[in-house]
Parts: sequence; C-alpha cells; structure tokens
Amino acid sequence: MKVLVPVKRCLDYNVKARIASDGKSMDLANVKMSMNPFDEIAVEEAVRLKEAGKVSEIVVVSIGPDKAQETLRTALAVGADRAILVQTDKPTDLGGVEPLAVAKALKALVEKENPDLVIMGKQSIDDDSNQTGQMLSALLGWSQGTFASKVELGDGNVSVTREIDGGLETLKLKLPAIITTDLRLNEPRYAALPNIMKAKKKPLDTLSADDLGVSFEPRLSVVSISEPPKREAGEKVADVDTLIDKLKNEAKVI
Amino acid sequence: MSILVVADIDGKELGPATLNAVTAASQLDGDIHVLTAGDGISAAAEAASKVAGGAKVLKADAGHLCHALAENLAPVVVALASDYSHILFPATTFGKNVAPRVAALLDTQQISDITKVVSASSFERPVYAGNALAVVESTDDKKVITVRATAFDKAAAEGGSASVEDVDAGSDTGLSSFEKAELSESERPELTAADIVISGGRGLGSGENFSLIEKVADKLGAAVGASRAAVDAGYVPNDYQVGQTGKIVAPNLYIAVGISGAIQHLAGMKDSKVIVAINKDEEAPIFQVADYGLVADLFDVLPELDQKL
Repeated sequence: MKVLVPVKRCLDYNVKARIASDGKSMDLANVKMSMNPFDEIAVEEAVRLKEAGKVSEIVVVSIGPDKAQETLRTALAVGADRAILVQTDKPTDLGGVEPLAVAKALKALVEKENPDLVIMGKQSIDDDSNQTGQMLSALLGWSQGTFASKVELGDGNVSVTREIDGGLETLKLKLPAIITTDLRLNEPRYAALPNIMKAKKKPLDTLSADDLGVSFEPRLSVVSISEPPKREAGEKVADVDTLIDKLKNEAKVI
Repeated sequence: MSILVVADIDGKELGPATLNAVTAASQLDGDIHVLTAGDGISAAAEAASKVAGGAKVLKADAGHLCHALAENLAPVVVALASDYSHILFPATTFGKNVAPRVAALLDTQQISDITKVVSASSFERPVYAGNALAVVESTDDKKVITVRATAFDKAAAEGGSASVEDVDAGSDTGLSSFEKAELSESERPELTAADIVISGGRGLGSGENFSLIEKVADKLGAAVGASRAAVDAGYVPNDYQVGQTGKIVAPNLYIAVGISGAIQHLAGMKDSKVIVAINKDEEAPIFQVADYGLVADLFDVLPELDQKL
C-alpha cells in the first residue's frame, strides 16, 4: 500500500508571528521555518504504518519555495521514501496559494501516484484554515476521516477515531481515503543523524503548477492584517480571600 | 439572494453554535434559511423554526444523514446551493469537517472561522494562532464560511415562526459509516457554552490532580478546560483543550490554573470577560492578560477555593 503525505513549511511553532510593514502580509524574512506540527504527526503515522508492514511506500509532497526542500528532507530523514516539491514563489500562508488550489494540485498528484491513503495535518499553523484535506477528499470523491486520534488499517477500509466537540467518534472509511491528523494521534520522533545523511540521497523531484495543470492564483485578496486588540494586565491579589471578594463584589462574576 | 445556515445537529438536537451562525447571517443582506440535516430530527427542525430571524427551515431527514457523515451531507448542501449567496456553518468540529467539502464541490475558496462581517464579500478572521487578524475579500460568486461562535452573540432561540420544508436528502454514498462514539459524559456545562470555565495546565502535574479543578468547578457550576500542554501530557482528553487548535471559549469568568499562557492557549480564551490566573511563576505570560492574578502554589489555592466558595 502506498501513502501520500503532504507537508507544509510554516513559521516555526515557537516563533512569534509579526506583521510586515505593508500591513498586508506577515514578516517571514530571516525567521525560523519548520514543518507544520500537524504534518509531522502525519509523517510519523505513515512511518509507523510502514514499520508495521502495512505500507510499502511513503511519498511526501510539499508546495512552496525552493527552501521547502528542507521540509521534505526532514520527512525523508524520518522515514519517507521519496519526495516531490511543487515549486512556487507565491506566499503559502496568505494572499497566495490557498487551500482549494493546494487541494487541486494534490488531486493531480494523487492521480499520478495512485496512493491508497493520504495522511495530512488537519490545519497549518499559519493561515489556520483547516480545509485542505476535506477539499481534496471532495475533489477525489473519496472518504474522509478528519481530526484523527487513532488510525487502524483494515482490509479495504480504515477505522478512524476522530476528535469531535463532545468526545470521540469512530468511523469506518472505504479505501482510498483521506485522513487528517489531530494532536493525540502520535508523538513524532526526531530524525537520527545517520538518517539525516541518508535522506540527502533519497529522490526529490521538482514540479510546477503548470506541470500539474493547476493555477495558484488566489481567490481571496488580503485587505489588511492587523494586531488583535491587546488585553491590559490587571492587578495581583494577595490571597484567596481577596480573590473571592474581588470576583464577587468588584467583577460580580460569581 | 438568501443566506443558508447549515445547523449543527448535536445528537438529535439543534447545536447551540447554530444560533451564533444565524447572528452572523443576519449581518448579511437576505432571508435566512436554516438547513437541518440528520436522522429523526423533527425536534431540531422545530427548534430551528423558532430561532429569531430565520425565514425558512429546510429539513433533510434520512438514515444516511445520521452522524453528519460529510460524504453524505455535502451533496445535500451542494444541491441547494444555487439559491444562496452565502452558506454559513458554525465553526464546530461538525462545520469544520463538512464546510470545506461543500466549498470544494462548489469550486469556492472557503473563509474559515470568521470573527466579523465587514461587508457581503469581506470578512475578518484570526490567523497565526490569533496573533494577527486578517480581513480577506472573496472574489468567488458564492461564499462558504465557518463562523467562530464566540465572536457573535447567539440569536434568540424563541420568537421566530419559520416554515419547515422537506428537501431532498440525497442518497448514501457508501464511502463511510459510523462505528461508535465515546462522548464525554459530564454533569457540568459544555465548555463552549459555559458562563464560567476553569482550566488546568501542566502545573497540575497529573490527571489525578485534575480532581482539584473539578471540585472547584462543581462549586462554581463551571466547565473544565485544559491547556494543550495538559492534553499533550495525557492528563485529560483532547475535548478539554482550550486554544487555537482546540476550543475557543469566551465565558464571563475564565480561571487559568497552572497554565503559563502560551500564545496557542491565549488565542482560545483571551476574549473572556474576566480572566483569573493562578500560577506560582510570577513571570508567567498568563498574568499579562489576567484581570486578577494570584501568585501562589495551586496545590494550596485549589483546596482553599473549594473550601471557601
């Protein structure tokens, strides 16, 4: 069984996002970029399925600038077999390549690669859209298991336990299927140094949007980006009695 | 043209976040129709017909729409889409799961998690874990939108008298089926609807210690939440998680206990009316957003709160 895992290069989880001086984009110059954390979980899940003997090949794909090769190499170092970069110089967070366009590009790749399963992050931590997996599933007419916290491959199907508002829900999906990962699915490993060296020799192909017959022109234009209103720090209280008194008599919330 | 709000069906009932989506719809120009889709959902359709501001309720009632399977539900919405300029979903796990499937089938770039209606085609939405607010303008003919519940008041649940009309429920695609649900059973209010929320972080140290939080929650009639760190550490289930990647809450009172205040967490609770932080680290960033801060050991404070409330 072949698995396709899309991965995205994003502003690192620990870096504070700053708005660029144009007020219409984010300042991403000279800041640390990393693989989207939900995508790390997707790669890990695919690698575990391979280690369990249920998956034979893992192809990772990224859409982004030349530097997204680093993100793909990270996935290769963790255990993916092959990588594809769909190269673009458009922004991939806002005002550039949007989830629908990504889903269309991935659909074209799925039709080329014929995987049985696509595992991807539920959202990227830059534009926070949470759309691409569901859109890809719709365009392919496949089943979808979003926000997965457990994945069990069966014969011609896959059971996916999903994180929903009220708790957990388990669905049985007919293969081929799209799975999007939630936080508790697994804990991604770090790549070992020898594997990082080996990853440099694994195949990495580069394609363009034209090669896939898709357009990366945005449908949404960014009118403005602004800082959210700041909350002012209040007061420190000395003890529990004071706290209860303030909540009762000053804030009147209890 | 009219506006379609796709209702979140919670079991067989009308999910509360639907009411916030109706308010967002009321800020657009057009009649509001509410689609209730599910299996045996007459009561939900009835409830939807009473929501103030709705002109019509559409009911798609069929066995294969049980559990809101996205593969079966999306075509029902798509079949209705030609009559609507905007299709809104609440940004619950239901809406997040189904809306993009609808948007892709309509060849529309969805706008997720809106916090403000700026115009019929421009909307504000938080990005980068709430560190920035983007206003985006859609060039698509039809807008597919998910609505962040905490950013809009709830429409009145009573007062409306919309007609209920049956619509084509489509057919079973056979792509997916429901196996089971393990829903958190709790006497406490639902996290996103509670007036008071008390959340614990990694400072609690273990899942057992969350009982200290629960005791105080029960005294206050509060819901219990958690930071992502506490969820990652396995102290509590993920549906407790408050934050950009979990639930967004905005109660009257939010009490953060042993939570440092990572950006990710703040994004999920900073619109609360009053915030209390209890943490022994006086440098913890949570104090920068707290109205009342208590620098103390939570293992002393929680039992004392339990006793004195």
